[in-house]
Amino acid sequence: MTKKILAYIDHFHGKVQPASWECLGVAAAMAGDTGGEAAALVLGEGVKELAESAFQYGADQVFLGDDPILKDFRPEPLADMVKKAAEEYQPDVILFPTTTRARTLAGMASVDLDSGVMVDVIALDWSGDEIVATRPIYAGKLLAKLVCSSTPQIITIRTRAFDKPEPDPARSGTITTLEVGLDSGEVPTSIASIQEKEAGVSLTDASIIVSGGRGVALNPNLEAPVDLDEEAAEIWKAQQGFALVKELADVLGAAVGASRAAVDAGYIEYDHQVGQTGKVVTPDLYVACGISGAIQHLAGMRSSKVIVAINKDPDAPIFNFARFGVVGDMHAILPPLTAELKAYLKS
Amino acid sequence: MKIIVCVKQVPDTAATMSVDNGVISWGDAPLIINPWDEYAVEAALNLVADQGGDVTALCLGKEGETEAIKHALAMGADSAVMVSDPALKGADNLAVSKVLAAAIDKIGDADLVLFGQQSVDTDTGLLPIQVARNLGWPSLTLVSKFESLDPAGNKIQVLRTMEEGGQVVDSSLPAVVSITKDYGEPRYPSFMGIRKASRAEYPVWSLADLGIEPPSAAVSWPEVREPESKEIVTEIIEGDTPEEKAKNLVQKLIAEKVL
Ligand SMILES: Cc1cc2nc3c(=O)[nH]c(=O)nc-3n(C[C@H](O)[C@H](O)[C@H](O)COP(=O)(O)OP(=O)(O)OC[C@H]3O[C@@H](n4cnc5c(N)ncnc54)[C@H](O)[C@@H]3O)c2cc1C
Ligand SMILES: Nc1ncnc2c1ncn2[C@@H]1O[C@H](COP(=O)(O)O)[C@@H](O)[C@H]1O
Repeated sequence: MTKKILAYIDHFHGKVQPASWECLGVAAAMAGDTGGEAAALVLGEGVKELAESAFQYGADQVFLGDDPILKDFRPEPLADMVKKAAEEYQPDVILFPTTTRARTLAGMASVDLDSGVMVDVIALDWSGDEIVATRPIYAGKLLAKLVCSSTPQIITIRTRAFDKPEPDPARSGTITTLEVGLDSGEVPTSIASIQEKEAGVSLTDASIIVSGGRGVALNPNLEAPVDLDEEAAEIWKAQQGFALVKELADVLGAAVGASRAAVDAGYIEYDHQVGQTGKVVTPDLYVACGISGAIQHLAGMRSSKVIVAINKDPDAPIFNFARFGVVGDMHAILPPLTAELKAYLKS
Repeated sequence: MKIIVCVKQVPDTAATMSVDNGVISWGDAPLIINPWDEYAVEAALNLVADQGGDVTALCLGKEGETEAIKHALAMGADSAVMVSDPALKGADNLAVSKVLAAAIDKIGDADLVLFGQQSVDTDTGLLPIQVARNLGWPSLTLVSKFESLDPAGNKIQVLRTMEEGGQVVDSSLPAVVSITKDYGEPRYPSFMGIRKASRAEYPVWSLADLGIEPPSAAVSWPEVREPESKEIVTEIIEGDTPEEKAKNLVQKLIAEKVL
């Protein structure tokens, strides 16, 4: 059946979240197979250029809402625009990337358009009468197939679950500008300030992740400065350990992950936690250093393509899930490993 | 100030999940409060400790799914409401959000409704957003900090997390807030709290009590299965020294084509 698909392009002040293009890639593939059409929805301030680039990634047309009121992430006015675009375009499917902002807008659209949402989907099958979505539940311990009987079907796709389309600079199309017509007095929220993080490689987008666990603080050959109390000494040791993890990550262009034990002990910020109550990641390569492999940690990373475990305990459960295991002290193994890889990647 | 905190009962996160004849099973693993919701209860209790007021725990579930409410009460919530109705079987997120919104309406006069970030069973993270939209209130999701709260002036300022960093947001009240883990560690229930919770009585509302029809569900789950277990052949990297092991590992990684 012909499908008209609207794909939401999530970005931060014009900097696009990579998953948005994956989303548009899915939209274009679905449109191609069903003889339908893919449109992109770009909302923000000064985002005309971003809107133009959507054609390269597969959009047949673009809806653009460009207005100061849409500059920052305020869900209410953005959701109003999603609704407006849906009413104008009448899509069969609205696709969102599963980013924090787009997940919010998908939830709001479901209420506004009174239609179901299938969230964080990792596979989609549109060959039959119904679109069948697959998504992990219980942090990936089970997989569910979902169908949605209402229209438009609202779907959010997991980052890295679908291929990023190759840009085709030859493609072009028409941009339809949506009337914004909101005044800031009607918006219940305002942004007081933004604290931007240092741009590092984000966990969910990373193709390689190097993670540290409680083992980062357990270097048998390291003495903390004597003036530190026990807790400060542990944190100090952990920082030295994480420095080794970061050096390896830098050489690989990888993101830094952590176990919950490392986060809870204050070795690193929560943002880095991988697992059931952290981030679920699927990199091509996951290097676990000083991580035991508790079920809640495994839930967040076991679908990684290749897992490497470095652990001094040969019986650590993580080895059962690793393609390659190194038994030994991570603090001794990481420096030569980083040096080896650096030499290889330079050559 | 009146705060409602939405809590859910889920199987323990250490449970091994399986599917027998299409039915999801967690073996003999215990049932617990959704771990994310403990942070929401903690936040609610801290806010009323500062501002005065009371905390009501709200849970939608099957009859007997009392673990989340019990835990919230044991942590210190003042009262609880359970919503339960056989007609809710097979309800999807959107349907549940309509029911929770109706229950929040019936409880009445809330300044804030707090949620956990997401459920550890269905992992959707949608309800705070959908409930807010149903109520017509602002939804402040993924909040790690309350910068200020002024119930009399109907104002709140929170720190919300996004991929690129934090955003300090001013909002009007009433509002819906979902709490992330970096809000801070939830307290353990005290012995007295547990005793009080085990004796607590609270109403169980049906859809008729809420004065609503069973909302129809659009999303259904015709199939749930265990993921194919990947055949993993673990190769332990040999070497007499860390340097040798590192060298051998790099050779393997090159051969595996993941660099
Ligand atoms: C509700 C709930 C949710 C949870 N969610 C998560 C989650 O999202 N993510 C998560 O990770 N955990 C989660 N957990 C916690 C999980 O159960 C484990 O406690 C945690 O993953 C353990 O972290 P770890 O492997 O770093 O520490 P440990 O289990 O203490 O393991 C440390 C490992 O390091 C090794 N080691 C020590 N020193 C060295 C050295 N010098 N060199 C090499 N190896 C060394 C040890 O042999 C050991 O295997 C959750 C738990 C609960 C109850
Ligand atoms: N059945 C329920 N009853 C009450 N609150 C719930 C229920 N299910 C989910 N919630 C709340 O909604 C949040 C997000 O859940 P979800 O959208 O299911 O991931 C949870 O952290 C809870 O605070």
